[in-house]
Amino acid sequence: MSISMVKESMSFNTRKLLLKGNEASVYGALLAGCECFFGYPITPASEIANTSAEFFPKLNRTFLQAESEIAAINMVFGASAAGHRALTASSGLGISLKQEGVSYIATCELPAVIIDVMRGGPGLGNIGPEQSDYNQVVKGGGHGSYKCVVLAPNSPQEMCDFTFKAFDLADKYRTPVYVLTDGVVGQMLESVSLPDPIGKKPLPEWALAGTAETRRNMITSIYLDYDDLESVNLKLQAKYAEIMRNEQRYEAYMVDDAELIMVGYGIISRLIRSAVDTLRSEGRKVGMLRPKSLFPFPVDALRRLVGNADSFLCVEMSNGQMIDDVRLAIECSKPVRLLNRMGGNVPSLEEITGKCGEILK
Amino acid sequence: MSGATEEKFRVEIISDECKGCLRCVNACPREVIVPTDQVNMMGVVYVEYADEGCIGCGACFYACPEPGAITVYEKKK
Amino acid sequence: MSVNETVKFGRSKGFFETFDRRPGPIKKNMHYCPGCGHGILHKLIAEALIDLGMRDKMIVISPVGCAVFAYYYFDCGGISVPHGRAPAVATGMIRANPDSFVISYQGDGDLGAIGLNNFLQAANRGENMTVCFVNNGIYGMTSGQMAPTTLVGQKTATSPYGRSATNEGYPLKVAEMVAALESPIYVERVALTSTKNIRAARTALRKGLTYMREKRGFSLIEFLAACPVNLKKNASEADDWIENNMIPYFPLGRFKDVASDRSPIERPEPVFDKEKVVEALFPADSGLDWRKKEAKLRKELRIKCAGFGGQGVLSLGLMIAEMGQSRDINVSWLPSYGPEMRGGTANCSVVLSNNEIGSPIVKETNLLITMNQPSMDKFLPDLLPKGLLLYDRTNIERPDTDRRTYSVEAGRIAIELGNPKCANSAIMGAFAACLRGIEQVNYEEAFEEAIRKTFAKKANLVNLNIEAFRKGKESVKIENVN
Ligand SMILES: Cc1ncc(C[n+]2csc(CCOP(=O)(O)OP(=O)(O)O)c2C)c(N)n1
Ligand code: SF4
Ligand code: SF4
Ligand code: SF4
Ligand SMILES: [Mg+2]
Repeated sequence: MSISMVKESMSFNTRKLLLKGNEASVYGALLAGCECFFGYPITPASEIANTSAEFFPKLNRTFLQAESEIAAINMVFGASAAGHRALTASSGLGISLKQEGVSYIATCELPAVIIDVMRGGPGLGNIGPEQSDYNQVVKGGGHGSYKCVVLAPNSPQEMCDFTFKAFDLADKYRTPVYVLTDGVVGQMLESVSLPDPIGKKPLPEWALAGTAETRRNMITSIYLDYDDLESVNLKLQAKYAEIMRNEQRYEAYMVDDAELIMVGYGIISRLIRSAVDTLRSEGRKVGMLRPKSLFPFPVDALRRLVGNADSFLCVEMSNGQMIDDVRLAIECSKPVRLLNRMGGNVPSLEEITGKCGEILK
Repeated sequence: MSGATEEKFRVEIISDECKGCLRCVNACPREVIVPTDQVNMMGVVYVEYADEGCIGCGACFYACPEPGAITVYEKKK
Repeated sequence: MSVNETVKFGRSKGFFETFDRRPGPIKKNMHYCPGCGHGILHKLIAEALIDLGMRDKMIVISPVGCAVFAYYYFDCGGISVPHGRAPAVATGMIRANPDSFVISYQGDGDLGAIGLNNFLQAANRGENMTVCFVNNGIYGMTSGQMAPTTLVGQKTATSPYGRSATNEGYPLKVAEMVAALESPIYVERVALTSTKNIRAARTALRKGLTYMREKRGFSLIEFLAACPVNLKKNASEADDWIENNMIPYFPLGRFKDVASDRSPIERPEPVFDKEKVVEALFPADSGLDWRKKEAKLRKELRIKCAGFGGQGVLSLGLMIAEMGQSRDINVSWLPSYGPEMRGGTANCSVVLSNNEIGSPIVKETNLLITMNQPSMDKFLPDLLPKGLLLYDRTNIERPDTDRRTYSVEAGRIAIELGNPKCANSAIMGAFAACLRGIEQVNYEEAFEEAIRKTFAKKANLVNLNIEAFRKGKESVKIENVN
């Protein structure tokens, strides 16, 4: 081994760890300088709390098991208002409970990162993987006309990277950012190489930092005057438009000559990729468009593809929630079909290739 | 006690900041704050200091829910 | 003011000079109704911020309730938060920045109804904060509905016939309840009524704030306060009502004061030093030499390990994944979880591949390792025609299958070694032998490394498992070569 190789293998970002998706997200958060984790246990997101409980204290950072998801999101609200990077994580029903708080945070224009490892619903549902929080996470979810940036990782590596990135986006746009994934990605273990840690960020000037300089800062979301509240809304909408312009993320796989383009995110995208490989080996022209950001939805990429493709197939683990965004993106100019499973079931490769076969025949 | 005596304390009530709740009137041990028959810019019948007799106890100030309606002054010696 | 006088009592510098945040033309007054108790308390707080030198570091949390606009007034940090959540928000703030001070200002609906849990839990954690609890026995802001502290018989918009003990229960005694907890340091109930009571309230508030300045923990001060408008009384009648009706049920006084027994809460500085962060996140022995030992698989292996929960099938899968990782093979591992978990069987999917791994969920299986009969019955149908089956002969009948089949007495080996828990290492030994057959590559060293790593923290188990591994490897039996 040459000297330079030795050096490289010692350096941080070439070292790999085997991590569960849930664990990897905590590494991503800590490396992004996250100072506080507040959460309430729920399967299949619990390892995020467990791993945080192990590592945050090692760095004198805050881990606190909150009394509820409602408390957790409001603790994030407080830590963020104080100018510090803060994280919470939950699943389905816990996310439902957080929605009021998220609406406040979005309106107060504070950064925050929320990880949702989706499970089966509605109701208590089960702990199997689903993607049925799409609407409540991507469309705002709480009261009022707000939205959150939503990133959709499909591997432990991306759980780390996207959580890391989420903090930057949250700061940049002063908005809550979700990392939205499913039970499979949260639970699965893969090799992860870690980004370099970032140091302590200076406190933002709007923070309630408990100093003479920040004493006159205030954070609020109540505007009694209708015109005042309307301008707050317009400001938020302008921000979302900017996010829409700047932050669309996606992965396109074999789309150039594809007659049928499958659209799916999270664990589904990995199945679709395998399905594309299988079908391509049989000479079928299929491709995949995988949104890596759900808000903003990769509308521009989909629009570019409309010309070539004959039709689209959304594969989802829900009643079909993302499909609305696909239809809107392409303005219903091509048929958009749905293959979906629910209840914790993940569609099999055969179901996907079979459905494609039906469509292409 | 008469107006001629040197008063040690003086109370000033900013009539436009008074909401007329009469808490100060009830709190004053010397009964030297009194309602008026005047209405201020908020439309409230305000109170006023009777111009003498204050002992500087501050009861009116703490009883009053408004930040600056009442000020109690002390004469320097 | 003339030059020969000074202000003895006057507008506090804890308030803004003018209330510019307040919309509309009135900039010197607060928005409260005439005679409202909130105003009296605001003045005590503003004065204390200055007198105790706490203004710069203070953040007053405005609740949902009539005090929602408290941030219009105090010349210190201000934030308005969801109904009932002030103690949770305060917790976030002071955990993030333990040097700041936080007043959680709350009404009886906010604290006693919707936010009771958040309040009690913050109290019970002993957070370094002061809760100013305004008990006016009513929902002021929403125009006079019943509060948790509304008295029995008291008529409100939502108890038009009077609160009934059998329908709504008795009024909530917050101070008493909190004083019963171990963590809080100071609990007092006061009333914002007579001059005497207001003075006691002033003293109590300052005490709580002083304890917070000293970082001694959680204080609650409950202020009985008038809401003349909703009581449909004038201020003086409202005070009489408090004194004659509320105080007998909500007695004034100090319920707890143990601050002197408690040492200040210390929270160490968070670590951001890169080296230290790396040190904390990487186990000392991890990932150092994975690069030097690359290996190529002939094809992707999709493995299912299945058995009974306690048999260590999940860690069997993990050790296989570790093995792959140590040879720079792409690996994924997915435990059974969700609906499959029912019935006490555990299983995991392991994929080893030189390519990017698609689905980590193993359905069509190349390699099936079963450790009990139910999992054999369940997963054998998923084994591909060219797949390989390895099972624990100790407790599974020889299956009727034409798949390539191997067996090992993993359970017996483990029992003979004195620890049934190492059956998974024994079957992994057999698996290593099978793999050598398929891949023509010897991964045994890598498997033993994986065992050492897995049991790094339990040194006494390393040798046992290595031995089980070797025994399993040596005693694998070919059942069916297909
Ligand atoms: C989640 C939620 N539910 C209900 C309300 C409506 N609401 C506003 S103030 C209030 C009651 C406040 O009463 P209290 O806490 O006693 O404060 P007060 O006005 O008496 O000072 C309610 C129910 C709200 N703002 N948010
Ligand atoms: S300071 Fe005391 S005596 Fe003077 S007006 Fe006020 S309450 Fe009366
Ligand atoms: S207490 Fe204040 S608001 Fe009330 S009457 Fe007196 S001066 Fe006016
Ligand atoms: S409604 Fe009651 S509590 Fe609210 S401001 Fe008016 S008097 Fe005060
Ligand atoms: Mg109330």
